Amino acid sequence: MSAEELTGRRDDHSPRPGPLPAGEGGRAREASHGKPLWLLAELTYKCPLQCPYCSNPLDMARYTDELTTEEWVRVFREARALGAVQLGLSGGEALVRKDLEDLIAEAHRLGFYINLLTSGVGMDERRIRAFKEAGLDHIQISFQASSEELNNRIAGNRSFRHKLAMARLIKKYEYPMVLCCVLHRHNTDQIEQIIEMAHRLEADYLELASTQYYGWALHNREALLPTLDQVQRAEAIAHRYQEKLKGKMRVLYVVPDYYEDRPKACMKGWGSIFLTIAPDGTALPCHAAGSLPGLTFPNVREHGIEWIWDESPDFNKFRGLDWMKEPCRTCPERTKDFGGCRCQAYLLTGDAANADPVCSKSPHHLELQRRVQAIAAKPPEQTVPLVFRNMRNSKRIIAGGS
Amino acid sequence: MAKTFRFQWEEAQGCHVLLYPEGMVKLNTAAGEILKRCDGERSVAEIIDDLGAQFPGADGLPEDVLTFLNTAYDNQWIRLEAS
Repeated sequence: MSAEELTGRRDDHSPRPGPLPAGEGGRAREASHGKPLWLLAELTYKCPLQCPYCSNPLDMARYTDELTTEEWVRVFREARALGAVQLGLSGGEALVRKDLEDLIAEAHRLGFYINLLTSGVGMDERRIRAFKEAGLDHIQISFQASSEELNNRIAGNRSFRHKLAMARLIKKYEYPMVLCCVLHRHNTDQIEQIIEMAHRLEADYLELASTQYYGWALHNREALLPTLDQVQRAEAIAHRYQEKLKGKMRVLYVVPDYYEDRPKACMKGWGSIFLTIAPDGTALPCHAAGSLPGLTFPNVREHGIEWIWDESPDFNKFRGLDWMKEPCRTCPERTKDFGGCRCQAYLLTGDAANADPVCSKSPHHLELQRRVQAIAAKPPEQTVPLVFRNMRNSKRIIAGGS
Repeated sequence: MAKTFRFQWEEAQGCHVLLYPEGMVKLNTAAGEILKRCDGERSVAEIIDDLGAQFPGADGLPEDVLTFLNTAYDNQWIRLEAS
């Protein structure tokens, strides 16, 4: 899992600072077992883009049996009855689903605030208008870079000009627009141009999301990890623009956690507010949790959402504090960051109940730092090639290739 | 209300909320009652009068409403329109 705030994106998760004087405090925050306020519907893993940092599972080619329109509508209805209010329609590329307009209309009738998280490829003015009529609230469009050449190289297709046209149409139809760009070694140095581009396109929010290493991103980590110099420079520029564009465009910068010494409060805690449904109906506490061993995860085809959320052993597995080991168990910050990310703990230490090794208190922290330094120190000519995210590569990896 | 925010009652949470791209603000009763009246028709004075009529015992109500509306304006939840 890889999120820290109320967001439903697949390749990053950044804060949308929700202020609050008059409320109970900003973004929805619940105790260890609250309501699934955030429902992320990964409608399909099909995608016309091939971004090598995608957080979809490497074995996505296995997910061929997608939920039908009726099955998704039942998921929406049951989650809404449990208190879900933010709905993310994602993928893959959600636009691949021909029934997207119908799903939006139904979710709107149920009272969801509906976020479409998209590359823009598969969109045109007719669909943008139809989505509006159906009740879509917000569109988040991704860019891979600020230059056509790099955008298209990372996306693995010629999508840059189309994305520009779609961003303008999104504003023409008066949607709030979030422009999202995932940062890594290849585009971090363009950060200033990316911010200027988003501002010119009149984005309401810009999410500069450092790559988080799950799924395809972990597979490509050696080729994607930026150097500490790059990160520090990007962070300074992002902060400068946050001040400069105050009141015009909100710039959200998600720090790369490999360079941190405290872990993120991933997903606000396991089974706390996030519920992800994969294309085949598998229910997950976050979109990366499918990689954890020893968990089977319930499927909406076999169980209702209420049982999945409240009763299923997998959603209860890392709730609360009882599952923790040292150093988390006695750490004063355990109720703040919940020991970090379970997936990262597993992927980097082999045990999901360990402290996230991003934390300097983790016995694995030094080893992670050494690994990060070794990767970042490699000169550009020694960088390994990117493995692009597509079904062909997924099938090859399933078959045991690399 | 600003176009980028949606205001609605959430039964499951028993409160009004403000919804925006990928985020939510939970509002307490007073904030909910005030924003409910920000309909683009009523003036600030009318909002205060209306709340005063509905909650006659509330002390310092005009100040509280103005303080909240300022906060709401600073957060860009509401916009001002010349009448």
